[in-house]
Amino acid sequence: MKQVNYDKIVKKNLPDENKLTNALIAFSVGGLIGAFGNFLIEIYSYLFEISRNDSAVFMIITLIFIACFLTAVGVFDTFVKTGRMGVIIPITGFAHSMQSAILDYKNEGLIYGFGSNIFKLSGSVILYGVVSSYFFALIRFLLGGII
Amino acid sequence: MTFKFNNVYIKNTATIAGHLEAKGPLNKYFDKTHKDFYVNSKSLEKSEVNLQKESINILMEKEKLKKEEINILISGDLQNQITASSYAAKDYEIPFIGVYSACATSTESIILASIILENDKSKNIICTTSSNNLVSEKQFRNPVEYGAPSPETKTFTSTGGASILLTNEKTNIKITSGTIGKIIDLNQNDPNHMGAVMAPAAADTIYNHLKNNNETVNDYDLIITGDLGIYGKKILKEYMDQKYKIILGENYNDCGAMLYDMKNQKEITAGGSGPVCSALVTYGYIYNEMKNKNYRKVLFVATGALFSPTFIYQKENILSIAHAITMEVVN
Repeated sequence: MKQVNYDKIVKKNLPDENKLTNALIAFSVGGLIGAFGNFLIEIYSYLFEISRNDSAVFMIITLIFIACFLTAVGVFDTFVKTGRMGVIIPITGFAHSMQSAILDYKNEGLIYGFGSNIFKLSGSVILYGVVSSYFFALIRFLLGGII
Repeated sequence: MTFKFNNVYIKNTATIAGHLEAKGPLNKYFDKTHKDFYVNSKSLEKSEVNLQKESINILMEKEKLKKEEINILISGDLQNQITASSYAAKDYEIPFIGVYSACATSTESIILASIILENDKSKNIICTTSSNNLVSEKQFRNPVEYGAPSPETKTFTSTGGASILLTNEKTNIKITSGTIGKIIDLNQNDPNHMGAVMAPAAADTIYNHLKNNNETVNDYDLIITGDLGIYGKKILKEYMDQKYKIILGENYNDCGAMLYDMKNQKEITAGGSGPVCSALVTYGYIYNEMKNKNYRKVLFVATGALFSPTFIYQKENILSIAHAITMEVVN
């Protein structure tokens, strides 16, 4: 029997996925979400006469609420199909990952369902977020607070 | 390993399809379709139990059979420990065999049933299989509502339940032989490209089936593979040609590429998959075409990716298997 290079056949038959278009879409959609967040910061600090720091907290809560709500009614995943990673990378994606995990386990009860699975996807983000912030803080400390 | 059968006939089939399968071109061949993924049940997992039960019930109604007249029920699905099959079999009190070959479950159960019918006094055996898109997404990939962008090579697990009644009483459609496939590993590890994982298994089984039966591809009106999808189909054609010098021509097709309207159903990406995908196409469309004598001899090769997320995370390859059966119209 003839030896054939199977990987070569697989590679030859792969569809052309336009990574540049995907990246540009993600860049623009992510940028728009960022701009919307900034707009919220401005509007909250103007309307409620609060500092920009406090206003940023309200902005995050608003975006999380929108992402969770859209996930719960089942349309967020269709936005990802069009907006690609642009809607996953900002805080909306993090909220979406928790909300979608919880929805999957609504039949398994509060402990083995919700409790055990809520961080299924976002657990690694939290863990490595905390670990990396520790190291960055350490570097900053060693540099004497220059950056 | 190829078995020859002299006394195995297809008596009837029953197919239940989900709402996306109902939008496809084979809609008119399904006995019943559903409007959502839940199929009148409280959870997605339980919906598969309903899909299997509905297909068994419709099959028994069609043939006016009582459960006492069924000798064995052989079923399999994709859920952990094939639970959907066990729970569906619970109410029938029929001796039960659970099988698993992922998406090759349909032909595995048919070969097993044929061996039993050939060598035993058993008269009626039902083979059932099912899958639900969202159950598989939850179990093998990401949460259902999680919107990870999917690559174009990803196949879409079909939703439905399908049953076939095999008997040793003479009917117009006979199962004449079956080949049990081997586990194949060609270093493929992309869970988003199952077509590439399963194509070599299909190739190996088709080659052995034809060789052991002294046949060529031209002896068949139709050769169908399980669920390689549109990219897997291309890979199989090229691989068969290069490795075995067998040209799969006009009489070759793939169930994954047939079940949906690939132009208008954009969510399907590379095509259908799941144990029920090839079963819906074969028990629905192909069985009907054979009854009308439009196809007289069909080689059905269901392909399965024996995939476990745990083994992938532990840096193992995805294994695959394919089992084949020959179905012939007899007068």
